Amino acid sequence: MEFQIIWFILWGVLWAVYFMLDGFDFGVGMLHSFIGKNEAEKRTAINTIGPVWDGNEVWLITAGGATFAAFPTTYALMFSYLYSALLIILFALILRGVALEFRGKGESARWKKGWDLAILGGSFIPSLLFGVAFGNIFQGLPMDEQGYHGTLFTLLNPYGLLTGIFFVLLFIMHGSLWLSMRTEGTIKTRAAQVAGKTWYLLTIVAVGFLIYTAFATGLYNNFINMPVWFIVPILAVTSLLGIKIFAAKERFAAAFYSSCILIVMVTFTGIVGLYPNLIPSNIDPQYSLTIFNSSSSPYTLKIMTIVAMIFVPIVIAYQIWMYRIFRHKLSPADILKDTESY
Amino acid sequence: MDVLTLSRLQFAVTAAFHFIFVPLTLGLSLLVAYMETRYVFTNNEMYLKMTKFWGKLFLINFALGVVTGITLEFQFGMNWAEYSKYVGDIFGAPLAIEATVAFFLESTFIGLWIFGWNRVSKKLHALSIWIVAFATNLSALWILLANGWMQKPVGYVLRNNRAEMVDFMALVTNPYGWTKFFHTILSGYVLAAFFVMGVSAYHLLKKNNLQFFNTSYKIASRFALVSAIFVLMTGDFHGVEVAKAQPTKFAAMESVWETQQAASYPLIVVPDPKNERNAIEAFKVPKMLSYLAFHDSNAEVKGLKAYPKEDRPPVTLTFLSFRLMVGLGFLFIFLSLLSVVLSRKGNMESRPFFLKIMLFSIILPYIAVQIGWIVAEVGRQPWIVYGLLKTADAVSKSIDTTQVLISLVGFTLLYGFLAVIDVYLLTKYAKKGPEEIISEMKSSSAAQEV
Repeated sequence: MEFQIIWFILWGVLWAVYFMLDGFDFGVGMLHSFIGKNEAEKRTAINTIGPVWDGNEVWLITAGGATFAAFPTTYALMFSYLYSALLIILFALILRGVALEFRGKGESARWKKGWDLAILGGSFIPSLLFGVAFGNIFQGLPMDEQGYHGTLFTLLNPYGLLTGIFFVLLFIMHGSLWLSMRTEGTIKTRAAQVAGKTWYLLTIVAVGFLIYTAFATGLYNNFINMPVWFIVPILAVTSLLGIKIFAAKERFAAAFYSSCILIVMVTFTGIVGLYPNLIPSNIDPQYSLTIFNSSSSPYTLKIMTIVAMIFVPIVIAYQIWMYRIFRHKLSPADILKDTESY
Repeated sequence: MDVLTLSRLQFAVTAAFHFIFVPLTLGLSLLVAYMETRYVFTNNEMYLKMTKFWGKLFLINFALGVVTGITLEFQFGMNWAEYSKYVGDIFGAPLAIEATVAFFLESTFIGLWIFGWNRVSKKLHALSIWIVAFATNLSALWILLANGWMQKPVGYVLRNNRAEMVDFMALVTNPYGWTKFFHTILSGYVLAAFFVMGVSAYHLLKKNNLQFFNTSYKIASRFALVSAIFVLMTGDFHGVEVAKAQPTKFAAMESVWETQQAASYPLIVVPDPKNERNAIEAFKVPKMLSYLAFHDSNAEVKGLKAYPKEDRPPVTLTFLSFRLMVGLGFLFIFLSLLSVVLSRKGNMESRPFFLKIMLFSIILPYIAVQIGWIVAEVGRQPWIVYGLLKTADAVSKSIDTTQVLISLVGFTLLYGFLAVIDVYLLTKYAKKGPEEIISEMKSSSAAQEV
């Protein structure tokens, strides 16, 4: 297989894993203030992601780094074209990280409330804007010989916004299932209720997204040319149904894993549809950034493939090991006894 | 101001801010790892308290180091798209490798360390902070190999209108990057050791927990002395790499205008860039400059006049930063040596005057590392990649002044806010004694339970 194709798949994997992992962090961040009715419950929610959120965010750094190393032209143009949107995502991520670490380091109610707000905004804004950004990438950006003909507001078109809302709901679903799986007591009950209600909303938006995608993007062309790939969106739909079935039986771990598959399959529906583009141009296809016209040299791709083949499995192994160490259920009563947590 | 100036300013602000937190992380992670190891092997509760007390300060600082790092990776694409397109084939690799081999390790195991106190064995817990310390330093290696490539580009050919990597090993073994790496991490160790000595000095002056802070002081002073000596040595070796690879930077660092053989080293220099000379040069040490540049007292040192004006870096800023950094480097050796000697008997509280000096010295290594980066980055101008690509040609074409002005103001405000919070929290927890921190955590959780 050509190195460009290997790196395109890896690029998709990095984004998919990032959304799968940081997705529930975002979900918890959007929900903790509403599901947690008192300080102990809020802390419980935050502490479920405490040990892992930082390691999850590194998948984004790696996705960025891999884009730079493997597709430098795409990295350069994507980041400079989407300057303002990325800036807002950056500020939000910085605030969220600091808020998670510093929330517990002050005592006053105002201090905690302020950081709670930062966690909420720092989770909602990236969820929405990652969706908006990917929605626009699916549609293609207005770019040609002269560069990019758009602004921050060009991105906020109906399809971009719909994708943004889709992402927000995916992550709320994901986070509420995570909380249902990882907590005990009234907080778990509330999280399960949120999951139940969110499912209907998510399903409506998902159907809307799938239909709108046919009109707004060229993503389905690859599927029509090679129908075997329809397995990816079919798996997405199946896992969406799986969430409902497992959640109804109160098998929240299974529901959460279905949600993981859902996020990965949604991402890969986009990735399969994009191939061989990384960012299509919606005004002149010859200025689309493809994996062939924007990639690094074969030598660099070979070196990076070796590094990735050795280290990515190691990373996955120790992260799974970490998740196993912190797989116990948390309750507000335990949190109050724990002096080392957030 | 134009996009170029604003983008440069923004990179300077965000990189300098990031580097407030990085050096303390590099050094304090090792000190905390050492303390926890002592606890595991001796079972002495004092070392556990030490781990928790210094660990708390470590974590406050660590959080900001992590979140401000993302900005730098994003900025290469956002503001320096032409640079990223031109050198991404070779420059992207070390950044991606850094994330894959080091940053994952650091960010995953810090979670284990913070939350794992009652979940994993004592030994595994101590191991996790060693992994964090190792990974942070490994992270520094890849970043500095990337920066080393910008200073001395190696292992590439110009092909397809860009610099393409042809020799990965040349990138990985670039002596410029390695000497810079050792010089940088060691300066971080000095900074962390001075931080521990300074905070300990505060408590010793107040006669708090004497044994605890005397021991902390003693550990830090030895770490400081060894590191400060090695900072000087690696700095000397790094200087030779600079002289070989970047003659204009070296000439600006020493404010040398004329090319000379067996060049002498004037102890006092006042540069006069307008007239391309030094207004004052006094107390010359014969042949010293040639020796410093090439470890050969008869070698030829190129002067700035040998290069066209547009290829020279700003002289005064580079020169002053360099001189001050070197001066501070010697001061650190002197202060650490005194600290080692005075803290031997564990009664530092009887030296209030020296303790006051050490308390106020916390800031000095911070100044030294910042101006060190000014030497490295301002001294490289007008190049973004020395001899290969000018900074002016590297900036993104698709962004406009308003966008960058807004982002620059945004970063300044956000980072200013974070700086205030950071100083507030560090002071708050540093002023509390170890007993207070531990008992407070217990009582506050007990109170909430009721």
